[in-house]
Amino acid sequence: MVRINSAVIVGYGGYVPRYRIKSEEIARIWGRDKSELPVEEKAVAGLDEDTVTMAVEAAKIAIKRAGIPPSKIGAVHVGTESKPYAVKPSGTIVAEAIGAVPSVTAADFEFACKAGTEALQFITSLVDAGRIEYGLAIGADTAQGRPGDALEFTAACGAAAFIIGRDKNEGVAEIEAWTSYVTDTPDFWRREYERYPHHTARFTGDPAYFHHIVNSVKNLLENDGYTLNDIDYAVFHQPNVRFPLVAAKLLGIDLEKTKPGLITGYIGNTYAASSLLGLVKVLDQAKPGQRILLASFGSGAGSDSYIIRVLEGIEVKRSLAPTLDKFIERKTYIDYAIYARHRKKILM
Amino acid sequence: MFRIKVPRYWRHKDFRYRLNAWKCNHCGETHFFQPLICRKCRSRDFSRVTLPESGKLLAYTVVRSPPEGFEAQSPYIIGFIELDDGTRILGQLTDCYPEELKQGMKVEATLRKIREDQEDKIIAYCYKFRPAI
Ligand SMILES: [Zn+2]
Repeated sequence: MVRINSAVIVGYGGYVPRYRIKSEEIARIWGRDKSELPVEEKAVAGLDEDTVTMAVEAAKIAIKRAGIPPSKIGAVHVGTESKPYAVKPSGTIVAEAIGAVPSVTAADFEFACKAGTEALQFITSLVDAGRIEYGLAIGADTAQGRPGDALEFTAACGAAAFIIGRDKNEGVAEIEAWTSYVTDTPDFWRREYERYPHHTARFTGDPAYFHHIVNSVKNLLENDGYTLNDIDYAVFHQPNVRFPLVAAKLLGIDLEKTKPGLITGYIGNTYAASSLLGLVKVLDQAKPGQRILLASFGSGAGSDSYIIRVLEGIEVKRSLAPTLDKFIERKTYIDYAIYARHRKKILM
Repeated sequence: MFRIKVPRYWRHKDFRYRLNAWKCNHCGETHFFQPLICRKCRSRDFSRVTLPESGKLLAYTVVRSPPEGFEAQSPYIIGFIELDDGTRILGQLTDCYPEELKQGMKVEATLRKIREDQEDKIIAYCYKFRPAI
């Protein structure tokens, strides 16, 4: 086991756009059975939003909580599968917009829905190694599902940002350990120039999501000497409401520890932001001393799992910026026609 | 076909992204983009200032016949805002509908896409204002 010596979350922020479409409305368009829908509703970005603008929204909230000058941020890494540009980093625009330029590294990470936790690993390592004083890790996506495809019910928009520093006294939570579990699994992919992803339906559950998450978490607990009793909250990647609950069950984790961070029913699967927004939701309510298990999943496939311990600083810093609930509750329903315009399914 | 002048967009990014402006050291006049001489007192002596991101809405109007390049988000709302330091500024309003707006309501700056070049596809990001959260 390789211990992390000093990497603490000094600021965090979650952002969800204002618009929602109900699963029922999508089912109405395609004549689907409304009795078994994967989520209640999902978040849809505004006409003027994309991964970069949502990343900036989340980053600004994180900076408010961190209370540091953005010029001290030495790395800005955005994990996403919906970069506005195929070539031209999102990280540079985000770094410029928050005022972290020019002494900064700023690449984008891609690993389907786990790109955000991957960025977080990288930032954590840079800070822990003493290469930078502060770093900003973001998971953000404006996910696209093919019209009529099962993914259309869940593919949603959102962003989560974390500023990592070294000093426990200014931290809201300490990153105690992380690990990854990765294999080549063809469960979901999108080639260049393609608008929508392809997926192998029979791979999605057992060989992909459950296999990687369960092994990642088991390895983390075993290697770093934790037991399930050390865990107060468990946050998993949330492609739908059912999967995280099944993952908890497979691992023997009490469902009551999983439900506080389970928000996909109201916002959908925000891809690279999904598990990180679950973490934001938990940080919005956790108490100092509590431990959070975080496990992402990215198709392709892999899972990053983390043990995060909440610090005293949470109480004060939480109140310095809007909680995630403010954004979840700020909602306006749109119908499929408006949704089609928002998600550029109508070409002008 | 609508085109964005890329060098000019790049030159203005400090202000468009972060409300980083210039203040005349002689008379205090605020200039959004780097000035050669102060429009008010003719001074050539300026300092960088970052304008506050929050303010109040003084007036607004709905644009239903947008100029070329702004069609994709039409109709949209233009607001006249007084920032917390007294600076008055025009900007698009976002995340709101006209019927939700009230004169004097608190607004805050946020970064949004304002338009895209129709040929080269470069995206212009710019501040907009939304009802304070
Ligand atoms: Zn002057």
